[in-house]
Amino acid sequence: MSKDVMADLKRDHIVQLLSKGTRVDGRAFDEMRPLTVEINYVLSAEGSARVRLGKTDVLVGIKMMVGSPFPDTPNSGVMTTNAELIPLASETFESGPPDQESIEVSRVIDRGIREGHAVDMKKLCIEAGKEVWIMFLDIHALDFDGNLFDAGNIGALAALKSAIVPAARAGKGEDYPMPISHEPISVTAVKIGEHLLIDPTHDEERVADARLTVATLENGSICAMQKGGSGSLKMDEVFKIIEMSRKRGAEVRAKLSG
Amino acid sequence: MQTSDSKDVEREIVVPGDLLDSSGLTPGPGTFNEGKNIYAAQLGIKSVRQNVVGVVPLSGQYVPDRGDMVVGKIVDVSSSNWLVDINSPYPAPLHVNEVPWRVEFGETKRFMTVGDVVLLKVINVDETRKIHISMKEDGLRKLTGGMILDISPSKVPRVIGKSGSMIQMLKNSTGCRIYVGQNGRIWIDGDLDNIVRAIKAVKLIEEEAHSVGLTEKVKKLLGDTVQETESETDGRNTYTQ
Repeated sequence: MSKDVMADLKRDHIVQLLSKGTRVDGRAFDEMRPLTVEINYVLSAEGSARVRLGKTDVLVGIKMMVGSPFPDTPNSGVMTTNAELIPLASETFESGPPDQESIEVSRVIDRGIREGHAVDMKKLCIEAGKEVWIMFLDIHALDFDGNLFDAGNIGALAALKSAIVPAARAGKGEDYPMPISHEPISVTAVKIGEHLLIDPTHDEERVADARLTVATLENGSICAMQKGGSGSLKMDEVFKIIEMSRKRGAEVRAKLSG
Repeated sequence: MQTSDSKDVEREIVVPGDLLDSSGLTPGPGTFNEGKNIYAAQLGIKSVRQNVVGVVPLSGQYVPDRGDMVVGKIVDVSSSNWLVDINSPYPAPLHVNEVPWRVEFGETKRFMTVGDVVLLKVINVDETRKIHISMKEDGLRKLTGGMILDISPSKVPRVIGKSGSMIQMLKNSTGCRIYVGQNGRIWIDGDLDNIVRAIKAVKLIEEEAHSVGLTEKVKKLLGDTVQETESETDGRNTYTQ
């Protein structure tokens, strides 16, 4: 708990720098940290990716098994997302059952992937009403320096894009690549005073008044949003974040395809 | 305690369990012995000084030691204590008797509160590793303004340099007031641009701590502005051990 306390003068320093137009690490306000993505990082998984966003380090793995569908969606597959924030990643993470933070991370990532229709779930149906593919999307934070949302989202999408449905292993015909239909990318911004910052570090997150995650698709349409923090956002600030999210999202998407 | 840049011909990296000596040297920090054999207890660089053999750790948590000057952060306040995070595995209580003011019972919050940064001295560490810290000596105080940054405690000697040469260069070049706590926490105060430059320099020192020609690299980073602020540093607090 003691590690949660932020020194007041550190907070002041961050705010002071922002008023001069720079951030602690010298980035522009709408600049993301260096991003590296390694796909097929875990060979025993159906698909996986290790994503480094600055000092934030995330490993995403996908496992699949055959199971029964939900009664209300008899002909589509099932997706389950879980985020594991292990104590190794940060002094502020505790072991034990998932806490508020890790539930929020997994839900925001899940929402982006699900509502952005990243995977064509209909194609994960084996026999309507009886058998479908159940997909587990596991996000492990290996090192934490803020913005797990975007790192996790990028990792999830990269892992999905590289995944192979293991049909042969389950005796359901031939293996086939994961049916990807869209590529939702989330971009998170925080508001500190009057300033909006993309891809916040841990320190910036702790100083922030409010946070907004926006996931967008290839055509720029919004598929998911999540607001956090106790502060408020004005209309034009929300629009500005959406605009930044579209721009940076497109860049990340291009990087994943390239 | 740190190996110097030039004299030590070879820096031998040792892992726990490596035999360091069996010729009768005295076991130093970071070692253990079985009879005459001295082994490394930590991952680090072997160092032999006079007839003491020790290990200078490559990294690791700060372990408080008597007499250390540390930069602490207040994380909790009670009626007669402040609880201070000094970057060690456990926080240290600062009792009201150990501050330079007269504090009535229950009045602690009026003097310092959660989030404040303070300069302290470790008075004693007992066998149970209970830490006794104080703010009563000259120069020890609550720090205001500036910025703190954390580096690995094992890199502290590099930031200070040989008899304070590195820290002096930083101070002269940036005109900042700088305190380097033994716990790896550094406080830097000055004008904003200079703080940013000093932070960059410290980070470079931390990253390249074991490389040769470090001083030159830092000099290059600080570059052209070495002269302009020199006069300002007179009379500033200059603490180095």
